[in-house]
Amino acid sequence: MELTDQRNLVHQTRDARRSKSFPKLSPAERDSLIKKHHPDHRAHAYRPIIFGPNAGQSTVTEVATLLEGESPVPADLDLTPAYSVDVLVVGGGGAGCASALHAHAQGANVLLATKLRLGDSNSVMAQGGMQIAVASDDSPVQHFLDTLKGGHMKNDHQLLKVMVEEGPSIAKWLLELGVLFDRDADGNLHVKKGGGSSKARLLTCSDYTGLEIMRVLKDEVLNKKIPLLEFVAAVELLSDAKGACTGAVLKDLDNNRFIVVAAKTVILATGGIGRLHIQGFPTSNHFGATGDALVLAYRLGVPLVQIDTFQYHPSGGVYPEQLVGALVTEGIRSEGGHLVNAKGERFVNELDTRDVVSSSIIRECEEGRGVRTPSGRVGVWLDTPLLDVEHGPGTLDKHFPAMVRQYERYQVDIRKDPVLIYPTLHYQNGGVKIDVNGETPVANLFVAGEASGGLHGRNRLMGNSLLDLMVFGKRTGTLAAERSKSLPKSSLTLDHLKRFRAEAKRHHVSAGIISPMVLPAYTNK
Amino acid sequence: MPDTLNKKNTLDQKESLQPKMVTVEIEGKPFQVPAGITLIKALWYAGQDVIRGVGCLGGFCGACATYYRTKDDPKVKTCLACSMAVEDGMSFSFMPAFPARKATYNLLELKDPKQDLFTLYPEAPLCRNCNACTEACPQHIDVREGVWKAVFGDFKAVSEMFMDCVMCGMCAPVCIADIAPNLVALYASRAQGVHFTEKPEGLATRIQEITDGRFQQEWDRILKLSDEELQNTTAATT
Repeated sequence: MELTDQRNLVHQTRDARRSKSFPKLSPAERDSLIKKHHPDHRAHAYRPIIFGPNAGQSTVTEVATLLEGESPVPADLDLTPAYSVDVLVVGGGGAGCASALHAHAQGANVLLATKLRLGDSNSVMAQGGMQIAVASDDSPVQHFLDTLKGGHMKNDHQLLKVMVEEGPSIAKWLLELGVLFDRDADGNLHVKKGGGSSKARLLTCSDYTGLEIMRVLKDEVLNKKIPLLEFVAAVELLSDAKGACTGAVLKDLDNNRFIVVAAKTVILATGGIGRLHIQGFPTSNHFGATGDALVLAYRLGVPLVQIDTFQYHPSGGVYPEQLVGALVTEGIRSEGGHLVNAKGERFVNELDTRDVVSSSIIRECEEGRGVRTPSGRVGVWLDTPLLDVEHGPGTLDKHFPAMVRQYERYQVDIRKDPVLIYPTLHYQNGGVKIDVNGETPVANLFVAGEASGGLHGRNRLMGNSLLDLMVFGKRTGTLAAERSKSLPKSSLTLDHLKRFRAEAKRHHVSAGIISPMVLPAYTNK
Repeated sequence: MPDTLNKKNTLDQKESLQPKMVTVEIEGKPFQVPAGITLIKALWYAGQDVIRGVGCLGGFCGACATYYRTKDDPKVKTCLACSMAVEDGMSFSFMPAFPARKATYNLLELKDPKQDLFTLYPEAPLCRNCNACTEACPQHIDVREGVWKAVFGDFKAVSEMFMDCVMCGMCAPVCIADIAPNLVALYASRAQGVHFTEKPEGLATRIQEITDGRFQQEWDRILKLSDEELQNTTAATT
């Protein structure tokens, strides 16, 4: 059957589908679906980590190999610092910008290093919105409960309580910086419903929420004249005799030189892992999402938590070919868009959590109810025209301008035709272990945002990432700045690396892989 | 059963490139690349390492601002290289980083942001209506109109028009009056948010409720529950 005929089936079944609702699954049904079809449960993709703080625990091969990798820094590197600062922030996305701004506000001497340009990140792509319990019929407690249920009850309660309670003050901070959230007629913040949430709680800036927040934060970092190193990646941390973190070795990607930074405190805000293409999945992530913080912290002896679980976003593009892996915003499902298989049927409640929806799409495709694209991929339909039918013509133009544009570039009109989607590697659910201030078990090393773990349990709810970045960006930046005031200058050594290398040798690990990866190797050689 | 319903669907969906090859010129040099891939992927395919010029790969960060021309067409157009497919005879180059001047300001301290625009960006009112900025915008924003709206103080309109702006900066090098329209628009949008937008009452109420410990009782109840009980409970509203 041609793709056009398949597409017509979606048009033909629309009215019949509209009249019926699709029930959410019970917790038991969800668990069984996930165990059977979610990529986190494919045993052959996993192996135990051989040595280090998480020795014996299982994670995907791609991550295990990087954790056991070799540092690019020679043991005899001259550690004379080029910079001496109170706070070194690594990463220029949402968490990095927020922590740098808050540390600066405390009077600290801050340096921000990022391996791409300031702002090049996943944060800039966040379309769905930011969950904050601001509505009168909502509460931080309900936000906590929804997130916990979405995370399969595995979220760290303390981290989560901090995030939901500080949400409203974060909204206030962003408004004061000039972020233009969508409003209701009475001037209050407009809230939208998101997958897995019992209340409408998403603050949005049409479907450009992340872009709007990042434009503002980047501008503010520049206004505050916070020193910046762009195209400079962190490749190793530095420690003192007691094992505390005292700085980092950076690498300038333009001239391949090492830059040594003495820092009283270090905040890693390097984001997630999409560009590792775990299990061969395409990804929605930006070019630099290579899990650098996991490697850097691990070599300094920091354990990782829930590093065996990843989020495969239900709606990655599969057609046209140029959009493979690219994110199709969840907002479409939030506003009532149906998922439809090759038989023209719905197969899941579209507002269930991401892991449930993704598992159900994979099930449909594995059991032969997927739709094939001309290049041999497979996916299911997302019925976009339904939104204009349901809420009136112009709804897609008004609420999803970015998505209309995204497909228009390839001559696909989402107002007229549905689009094909399949899960795409989207988010690292776990990460570096932190406490409520974002500090790791290694003194003076902080981690903020996606690189950290525990907050989201085994599945992050839509809209909780932007909030995570802002809350833990604030907490790490504020505390690191305060802490640095009382810290004396300390020594810069690579002692931890010596120990790590000795352990690798003892376990006969010589993968020949240099880590962190910094950038994926896409270039044909 | 139609072949779309066969069972050979695997999770691992490796990119399957179309076999048809096309010739493109990258920075003046011809390369054979598979038809239909994005400009960024064409660079990788041609063996070029790219560090400057790749960002989010999703059309949102503006890192891959690119000039291109299609076969036999004299018109040089602009695009985001991550969001544009190659075609035969196409010629393209990345836009180099352009040294536009960004004014620095503390928005909260500004007394009259609509007047302050002329101090911060004195070039803004010098627009000569050539419309090159609008033609250069890969997001199809009416940039020229936006600059005039900013100059006339309609910051609200500017903020709405530029919500799509990815800050690629392609409007700046073409301006004969040395305006960086994206930066002017960013200033106007932020000023709109800080100075000319209502403070949401509901938010202030919620922050006060949290400060007053209004949810403490609920927290005390919830945090004592077992996972199973948590699974089945909902929070009381205030």
